[in-house]
Amino acid sequence: MLLISCPNCGSRDETEFHYGGQAHVPYPENPNDLNDREWAEFLFYRDNTKGAFAERWLHSTGCRQWFNMLRDTVTYDIQAVYPMGAPRPATSTTAPEGATK
Amino acid sequence: MSTHQLPEHPDFLWRNPEPKSSYDAVIVGGGGHGLATAYFLAKNHGMTNIAVLEKGWLAGGNMARNTTIIRSNYLWDESAAIYEHALKLWEILPEELEYDFLFSQRGVMNLAHTLGDVRESIRRVGANKLNGVDAEWLDPQQVKELCPILNISDNIRYPVMGATYQPRAGIAKHDHVAWAFARKCDELGVDIIQNCEVTGFVKDGNRVVGVKTNRGNINTEKVGLCAAGHSSVLAEMAGFRLPIQSHPLQALVSELHEPVHPTVVMSNHVHVYVSQAHKGELVMGAGVDSYNGYGQRGSFHVIEHQMAAAVELFPIFARAHVLRTWGGIVDTTLDASPIVGTSPVDNMFVNCGWGTGGFKATPAAGLTFAHTIATGTPHKLNKPFALERFETGALIDEHGAAAVAH
Ligand SMILES: Cc1cc2nc3c(=O)[nH]c(=O)nc-3n(C[C@H](O)[C@H](O)[C@H](O)COP(=O)(O)OP(=O)(O)OC[C@H]3O[C@@H](n4cnc5c(N)ncnc54)[C@H](O)[C@@H]3O)c2cc1C
Ligand SMILES: [Zn+2]
Repeated sequence: MLLISCPNCGSRDETEFHYGGQAHVPYPENPNDLNDREWAEFLFYRDNTKGAFAERWLHSTGCRQWFNMLRDTVTYDIQAVYPMGAPRPATSTTAPEGATK
Repeated sequence: MSTHQLPEHPDFLWRNPEPKSSYDAVIVGGGGHGLATAYFLAKNHGMTNIAVLEKGWLAGGNMARNTTIIRSNYLWDESAAIYEHALKLWEILPEELEYDFLFSQRGVMNLAHTLGDVRESIRRVGANKLNGVDAEWLDPQQVKELCPILNISDNIRYPVMGATYQPRAGIAKHDHVAWAFARKCDELGVDIIQNCEVTGFVKDGNRVVGVKTNRGNINTEKVGLCAAGHSSVLAEMAGFRLPIQSHPLQALVSELHEPVHPTVVMSNHVHVYVSQAHKGELVMGAGVDSYNGYGQRGSFHVIEHQMAAAVELFPIFARAHVLRTWGGIVDTTLDASPIVGTSPVDNMFVNCGWGTGGFKATPAAGLTFAHTIATGTPHKLNKPFALERFETGALIDEHGAAAVAH
């Protein structure tokens, strides 16, 4: 089980949280301009990174706030927790071999 | 269902050749799908100058980690067609491959615990019958007759309100299935190359002309990706994206027990599925861990949850012990259906997104993907599963519709 540091509540068990998938995927600025291909990208395509991955989590049974986390998808090590809207922190660790960004 | 019925442990079933400098086609991934594809390429299309490249050992991915449930009672026509074709192939493959991999048609039951479940299940039975898939609706008493150890009393949190039943469904020994395909591939001249990791692709414009591996570059006319959990990683190496997320999926076994469980029971609602393997261990699984993961392991609360469900449904299991748990990396899509066909790169073909339920499809996935690779065009059974559906919107939504996704 992951031990996740909620920025508001501190360390809690993973079972208190909900996963929100890839972070930093903005809603299209001009939705009317998008073609089918671009809509498919926005709706169905997300990065599937092997290595350090920026993702959203919701502390659903705690403060009920969303936040972002940088987690290695191979080791599951949590490298950073940061607020929604803040830019992705730089990682010191290098991604494992064969990893994608 | 006892040890003495298991086949003798086999001698080596295939050569371990050095990679050649060039092949007519290269299959990436030595799981069930890669091996079945290679087999049908050689057998149905006469393509024998081909190789299966596996970064680890044969079937060391999801192929020998799954819970081996085989069924075809999916809701939608497109799914029923390909999974039923697979089931028909399972029925003849032991003879064709000359290998008894213990395909046991002991039936699969999908339990209903709510009124919504009941309605969905009866609808699915109807759809299955229209598609020529054997399906029955059972009331709780009939459920009990087929599987006496199931608790059908109404004093549990989610009482059993009935079940769908597919008598021709069942289980098989997954590692033996891989070996059966591998032996035939080898006999037909296919090179199976283990410890050979694909690290990149060589392209001429938009056409793939070779693969880079930790054992050198290999030229090839065509590439078929059968890399399951690592499909996105390989697609990125080739320069395109896939609408896939990789998740851990866990399973567990108990110690060996006398035969007590005659069929396969799946419950979407309390979320567990259970069968008893040929040797006697209880085999259980449930859903994926919620987070993306390439670690071949997941969180313990997922195991705890499925065991709680199992003990409520099967009180007799309360005294059993967990012997072993493990995880695989499954390639999930948003409509819970696979992605098969051409890719944005010329001469590169994809077979992925089978997620939590691709073992049952192995023979049909291989047969139809071989057709696609050999001819460069879709097979009528895999055509609906092309990558384009995410653009056209013609999704094949099997979430829930096909009961738990295994
Ligand atoms: C715990 C669990 C339970 C499951 N239960 C069921 C079930 O009951 N019924 C069912 O139908 N399905 C089930 N599944 C799903 C099923 O196992 C998969 O859908 C199916 O095995 C995928 O096809 P495969 O056998 O070819 O995959 P794999 O065996 O995973 O093959 C992919 C191979 O590609 C290799 N590879 C990856 N990257 C590279 C590279 N760069 N170079 C070379 N090789 C590479 C991997 O090492 C791997 O061996 C389950 C899966 C899991 C994990
Ligand atoms: Zn919190």
